[in-house]
Amino acid sequence: MTTHFENARLIDPEAGTDSLGSLTVDQGRIVALNGPAPKGATVTDCGGACLAPGIVDWGVKIGEPGERHRESFRSAGLAAAAGGVTTIIARPDTAPAIDTPETLEFVTRRAGEAPVRIRHMAALTKGRAGREMTEIGFLLDAGAIAFSDVFHVAENTKALSRAMTYARSLGALIVGHPQEPGLSAGAATTSGKFASLKGLPGVSPMAERIGLDRDLGLVEMTGARWHVDQITTTRSLASLARAKAMGLDVTAGISIHHLTLNEFDVGDYRTFFKFTPPLRSEEDRLAMVQAVADGVIDVIGSFHTPADEESKRLPFEEAASGAVGLQTLLPAALRLYHAGQLDLPTLFRALSFNPARRLGLPQGRLAEGAPADLVLFNPDTPFVLDRFALASKSKNTPFDGARMEGKVLATYVAGSLVHEAR
Amino acid sequence: MTTFRARHLLGIEQLSPQEITTVLDLADRYVDLNRRTVKQSDALAGLTQINMFFENSTRTQASFELAGKRLGADVMNMSVASSSVKKGETLIDTAMTLNAMHPDLLVVRHGASGAVNLLAQKVDCAVLNAGDGRHEHPTQALLDALTIRRAKGRIQRLTVAICGDIAHSRVARSNLILLNKMENRIRLIAPPTLMPSGVGEFGCELFDDMRKGLEGADVVMMLRLQKERMDGGFIPSEREYYHRYGLDAEKLSFAKPDAIVMHPGPMNRGVEIDGEIADDINRSVIQEQVEMGVAVRMACMDLLARNLRAERGAKAAGVMA
Repeated sequence: MTTHFENARLIDPEAGTDSLGSLTVDQGRIVALNGPAPKGATVTDCGGACLAPGIVDWGVKIGEPGERHRESFRSAGLAAAAGGVTTIIARPDTAPAIDTPETLEFVTRRAGEAPVRIRHMAALTKGRAGREMTEIGFLLDAGAIAFSDVFHVAENTKALSRAMTYARSLGALIVGHPQEPGLSAGAATTSGKFASLKGLPGVSPMAERIGLDRDLGLVEMTGARWHVDQITTTRSLASLARAKAMGLDVTAGISIHHLTLNEFDVGDYRTFFKFTPPLRSEEDRLAMVQAVADGVIDVIGSFHTPADEESKRLPFEEAASGAVGLQTLLPAALRLYHAGQLDLPTLFRALSFNPARRLGLPQGRLAEGAPADLVLFNPDTPFVLDRFALASKSKNTPFDGARMEGKVLATYVAGSLVHEAR
Repeated sequence: MTTFRARHLLGIEQLSPQEITTVLDLADRYVDLNRRTVKQSDALAGLTQINMFFENSTRTQASFELAGKRLGADVMNMSVASSSVKKGETLIDTAMTLNAMHPDLLVVRHGASGAVNLLAQKVDCAVLNAGDGRHEHPTQALLDALTIRRAKGRIQRLTVAICGDIAHSRVARSNLILLNKMENRIRLIAPPTLMPSGVGEFGCELFDDMRKGLEGADVVMMLRLQKERMDGGFIPSEREYYHRYGLDAEKLSFAKPDAIVMHPGPMNRGVEIDGEIADDINRSVIQEQVEMGVAVRMACMDLLARNLRAERGAKAAGVMA
């Protein structure tokens, strides 16, 4: 079946353009840009709405196996489709961790319940404990797209360096979390005025830089392919830029929450604003937005982390970290567009194009031959977010009651409609 | 007394200078009552007060218990530190269980910052924070303010030095906020490892040299140094701490000649304060602080009970939605 989208504002992150045009899809692929409508094609008038490559959300936690009451593949997939996310890159920090080919096969099978594409990361070390490496070769054969111990930082540098060396020989991509575990032990906030006022244990932003510097040293030593999951402080930027300038195979990401919220949003111990790493100062937030604009930070993700009410309704220090984000990633990211800080091609470079390219996926592009994974949205539609209207099983979003702009009108995976706004 | 509008007493942060003055004025009257032979009032008659201490505390719990009893409340103590919480019950479950017993005043101490705020969102009664983690200890700051006001005749335009483990102290935080609201000059004196980061932005001066910090001070507030901080992690040793930050006659001589010495107790004599200074009736107001503690807690509970009754009365009359 051929579909012809016309009168669309095409957001092309690869070319960096934002212009009115048309796009033709056939058999799940983009076959033409700005061509005439083929005979017999279904014509969709987009009415000037934006058509962009679907979001590739890198670092999504799904509760299978182990915590299906928090999120299942189906509920996560529905949330993704409603949020314009067409590819989920799932995290291995499940219970048990995805650290064997058998568990990887299990989640791969289960992921079929979702209406969007799901690819899985596997743990780098057994049980994500940072001591013994997983069967990286078998896991690659079973379809692992990258390797990560998620928020667990290996304290045994020797063991980590061996895993990196082994992974390098197989060309495997590793995702690291930059943090000095000793300095950040027990911390619930970023140290400074807010932490002191609220009497909460804080961690210096320097802990991120120290962790990053160690990891980059190991990358230089082993030649591993490395992606830093989240860079959130100004102090880390110089190290990152230097590593890139040296030609190390390094990229970096950031969560949308660190780009749109700051430490003071925690307010009166609101645990929905507790994140790993903790929210930073407003100066850091603005510097990170600039770093995305400059391309020093490559990827924006939701770091979707479903948590049930029980694990959030606790004193701040004891409460779980993280927020759901699949469905709020795009409207939150559009805050940066509406603030005049990032244009739409730049946003989709970080949301779709860069993560797909780094992971070796053909998605993330508006180009002939690319998969027709698309999101059609109106960037200006205002709404007030109601967390109970989210498709996720868990409702822990920091944006509850927030005024946002940007409505997903339709989401397509391989040319098929997987979500349509009512 | 219309100037006190709070529903709960969670921290000094939520109080206005007028509300602080209202508490202190009423507390002054309760000091007089407490000095009589017959110390009874019926301000809380018919009301139930539950003291819920998730952290053990003899002094504060006794002070709240006595305050409630003198005002005629039915007082119950729950030492939660040794009960169901250890069996895995969450803070919220415990609060809901208690709430079902219809208490009117809930006095809570908890080891986690913000825990009392969280609990206050889930219960129908008035909640008093008796100390939450490193966050706030509002009745301590109010009793300190009353002690200062009675000794100095005012609680404005004084130079107050707070000395010791500022980083882990809820007493320091509440005092800092209160003294700031009442427009005093505040100095924090601590070794850098016990000084919280960013605290300089709160409008106070920071010192690691105690003598310089004490220069010209009207009030010297000493803080307790917890035993577990003395092991070399934060300070090298007890004796080096006493040498540099223990209050003795020589260091106190840098403060004003009529400066008063305060301590929230319990004291470590020979660690943060010299025993002779602590017992010097011309300088130390440490015993007065304990006395003011009961009066201030009576005043706080009285004011909260008035607001609670007014709220319930309005509800019953159908005035509120």
